Amino acid sequence: MNYIELSHATKTFKKADGTRFAAFEDVSFGIERGEFVCVLGPSGCGKSALLNAIAGFSLVTSGSVKIGGEEVKEPSPKRVMIFQNYGLLPWRTVLKNVELGLEERKIPKEERRAIAEKYVEIVGLSAFKDERPRRLSGGMQQRVSIARALAVDPEVVFMDEPFAALDAITRMKLQDDVLKLSREEKKTVVFVTHDVGEAVYLADRILILSPNPGRLKSVVNVTIGREFRDRSSADFFQLQKQVFELFEGKATENPVEYYI
Amino acid sequence: MKKFNKTLRNVVVSFATLILVWQLVYSCCHYSPALFPSPASAGSALVETFQNGVMTRNIATSLARFAVGYVAAVVLAVALGLVLGLTPRVFQFVNPIVQLLRPISPMAWAPFIVLWFGIGDVPAIVVVFIAAFFPVLLSTVAAVVNIDPIYFRVSRNFGVRQPKLLWKVVLPAAFPQIANGIHLALGTAWVFLAAGEMNGVQSGLGYMIVDARNTFRTDVLLATIVVIGVLGLALDGAIRLAERIALKGWGGVEE
Repeated sequence: MNYIELSHATKTFKKADGTRFAAFEDVSFGIERGEFVCVLGPSGCGKSALLNAIAGFSLVTSGSVKIGGEEVKEPSPKRVMIFQNYGLLPWRTVLKNVELGLEERKIPKEERRAIAEKYVEIVGLSAFKDERPRRLSGGMQQRVSIARALAVDPEVVFMDEPFAALDAITRMKLQDDVLKLSREEKKTVVFVTHDVGEAVYLADRILILSPNPGRLKSVVNVTIGREFRDRSSADFFQLQKQVFELFEGKATENPVEYYI
Repeated sequence: MKKFNKTLRNVVVSFATLILVWQLVYSCCHYSPALFPSPASAGSALVETFQNGVMTRNIATSLARFAVGYVAAVVLAVALGLVLGLTPRVFQFVNPIVQLLRPISPMAWAPFIVLWFGIGDVPAIVVVFIAAFFPVLLSTVAAVVNIDPIYFRVSRNFGVRQPKLLWKVVLPAAFPQIANGIHLALGTAWVFLAAGEMNGVQSGLGYMIVDARNTFRTDVLLATIVVIGVLGLALDGAIRLAERIALKGWGGVEE
């Protein structure tokens, strides 16, 4: 039994002219607890819609999405989403942003503050804890958002192209941090990206979607170098090339599973 | 400080020029002083009305009426605006009515206001209220409607629900635009205060204008006009300052 289980999940939207179109169709897969899964696909393949369905922001129109055996009906603090544009509240300081999720729990104020301080420290922003998000760079803002997500100790972290707006160096640094944190904190991570290199670097498993409508095209189990992946090694380039070919290749009737 | 000195210099120069042109027109054109008072006579009327206490008393009366009408309008309009902004379906039905009422000058209601509210302070307060209410209401609704949906998604994800959502997310997120609406409404409401005091009252700056006209004291009339202008400027400066301080506390909006 998988921790996250999608079976024949389909999401259709009504267009302005009254006709319906499918963002994704008949998607079935499972994710195990503690797995780092990347959903990879070109823009318009419904990967963000898929993530929103798993997170409970926008439910599937048919099929089912279950987490821990229960049908997903709404978002929950046990499953936190990290957005591309950070979603920080600009009127709150870094620390108060991290405290947001904790405020909804019956935790004493001092303890709440201590937890927030701890996670701000983990993402390396202690020196900026009293600043407003506006004063921070994009990379730092996304760190705050990560700290805020981890502070509520969720079971799953969803990431919707979280680093797409960042420069290459910052992106690599944050990829390293996310990989490290997801291992240390033992989180299940579902990470949406259109960047093949990013998917190959981060994922235990890559789900490749094909567009119009989004369908699961292939699943790649990345078995090598789980502890440490060297972005400049020959293995890594080889892996990236293989995934890229799958990514570009024609859609097949049934999703194919690969081990590389 | 340097910036302040420069502003002060600009103000002094521009007012001095204005008074100079006024004096030149007065000296050259030989209008009757009853039709066109000189700066000196307006100035002495100003001193006179301050010394005999008439001006001070009327300023106090007008400011008190203004404060009541304006504050009541802001409080009610922001509260109603938040509710309507959060319930777009209801606003769809309310909006046509608002759009119909909004372009009507508060003064058009004046006869009814006097009939319904009698004479005294209330008619002027109601006129100020109407003048301030619609701009604040509409800017509050727009502010709430324009809140970035991501704030709602994030708070939903972390389990923040109504009524906490209102003061944790909606109000702060909409605050800058609401503050701007409150600021703009102040000027509009002040414009209508003097007009509102021309009906149904025997005091206030608007009444002073009517009274000066009836007694052919154009010098007092002009002095009152100057006072209305200066007070409007001061009120605008005060709310501008308050807005800036509030925004700074809110989240450091860059200047």
